[in-house]
Amino acid sequence: FPGLTDVSISEDIPVEGQITVPVGSHSPDEEFSTLDEPVRDTIMRDLKAVGKKFVHVMYPKKSSALLRDWDLWGPLVLCVSLALMLQGGSADSKDDGGPQFAEVFVIIWFGAVVITLNSKLLGGTISFFQSLCVLGYCVMPLTVAMLVCRLVLLAGSGTISFIIRLIVVLAMFGWSTLASTAFLADSQPPNRKALVVYPIFLFYFVISWMILTFTPQ
Amino acid sequence: IAHLAMYLFAEFDDAANLLAANPDATTVSIDETVEIPKNQHSRLQEPGREEDDELLGTDDSDKTELLAGQKKSAPFWTFDYYQTFFDVDTYQVLDRIKGSVFPVPGKNFVRLYIRSNPDLYGPFWICATLVFTIAVSGNLSNFFIHLGKPTYHYVPEFRKVSIAATTIYAYAWLVPLALWGFLMWRNSKVMNIVSYSFLEIVCVYGYSLFIYIPTAILWIIPQEVVRWVLMIFSLCLSGSVLVMTFWPAVRDDNRRVALVTVGTIVLLHALLSVGCLAYFFDAPEVDVPAPIIPAQNGTVITKSQ
Repeated sequence: FPGLTDVSISEDIPVEGQITVPVGSHSPDEEFSTLDEPVRDTIMRDLKAVGKKFVHVMYPKKSSALLRDWDLWGPLVLCVSLALMLQGGSADSKDDGGPQFAEVFVIIWFGAVVITLNSKLLGGTISFFQSLCVLGYCVMPLTVAMLVCRLVLLAGSGTISFIIRLIVVLAMFGWSTLASTAFLADSQPPNRKALVVYPIFLFYFVISWMILTFTPQ
Repeated sequence: IAHLAMYLFAEFDDAANLLAANPDATTVSIDETVEIPKNQHSRLQEPGREEDDELLGTDDSDKTELLAGQKKSAPFWTFDYYQTFFDVDTYQVLDRIKGSVFPVPGKNFVRLYIRSNPDLYGPFWICATLVFTIAVSGNLSNFFIHLGKPTYHYVPEFRKVSIAATTIYAYAWLVPLALWGFLMWRNSKVMNIVSYSFLEIVCVYGYSLFIYIPTAILWIIPQEVVRWVLMIFSLCLSGSVLVMTFWPAVRDDNRRVALVTVGTIVLLHALLSVGCLAYFFDAPEVDVPAPIIPAQNGTVITKSQ
């Protein structure tokens, strides 16, 4: 470059400054490596994330935290506990009893996958695992209902206990459906919302039916 | 056959006249259904087939053939290919359900509602709903029938859900497959006017099953007469949708083959509903008038169940 041979910087003017370009958002994870932290911190961080999502399900507001940082720990814990609590149903013969562990597991996960595929095929913008995450976490009210039902059944299994169980299961079913709809409905095209909400309704209805018809031995 | 020959000669005469009048016009052949512009195609149409227009919606079928050719162009291993089968809005699904429940005599369900946009949403979710409705209603009706008995212990009968699912999904997908194969085979032997794609047949079968959902709920009523009346009513409604769809497709065939085909469709449909009623719903107990047993001290005691 012939024109630059004359350029020189005077030595009185100090040349200093930062070469690095400041990044807009500094997320705390990038400041330090998580490889060296104690195991307790790692586990507590994940547990806090799961707990925060449970709180979001209990008070369903339109927040994107549930969608953004999806995880499947919560759904797994809920599904396993629900399937375990549905065990021990009565059966005259092997064929007539309630659902087995594998059947509950398959219904919940396969049902959630099918509903997610359905909403994506209809043109939804939500990602696959985000939808699985929401549907799994919204099973929480029904798990609470199962717990209440088992406690009520310990006290007795007459008509009054059935009415209590019916009311509890109906209320939790409504809560689950409303919570999941609140999170999922926004990502659907507006003229197909009902087509996406109906399978969710059917899914939670089937789970509620399994909970309501549970009879202990 | 003489009539057919006369029609063909008449068409040749027309074509010759047209060609003589306009020597620069290109000749068209009947095979090119896509490239023929709409007015020329309707000129070649045989007279006396107006009744088919209602059933076929011929004016729309030209446009829809073009549209169908443009729509499903994604290769089958991409996600977009399957998205074309879910290209329906809420009101369209509701319209199709309405069309299956209130069949208009003389109107073809496929041409009127599907219009070359078959969807898989309706068949899949109607079948899923039907499976769970039959299982739940059967369980509830058995519960109410056996309620008063001291020896009765309620069981959820969850196994029946898998049996119901297998039955209904097999019916809704294998019977259309067989029917489509049969229609394709007959089409190769006899030139039929109407031919349906596999998805359109699946669509018709799926939507025709919708009437069984409220029927299954009403089957909880533990009266034999009520159940059979309901079954015959719903069989007539959904059977008529199927018959009106498939009769134009086999009408030009050998008379016996056509009647046997339509008869088999109705028979399989009836078998499905009778089988579901018999297997999932226990027979309600009938109160028989008991025999009068004379007691030792001369009073008459009647024993009732």
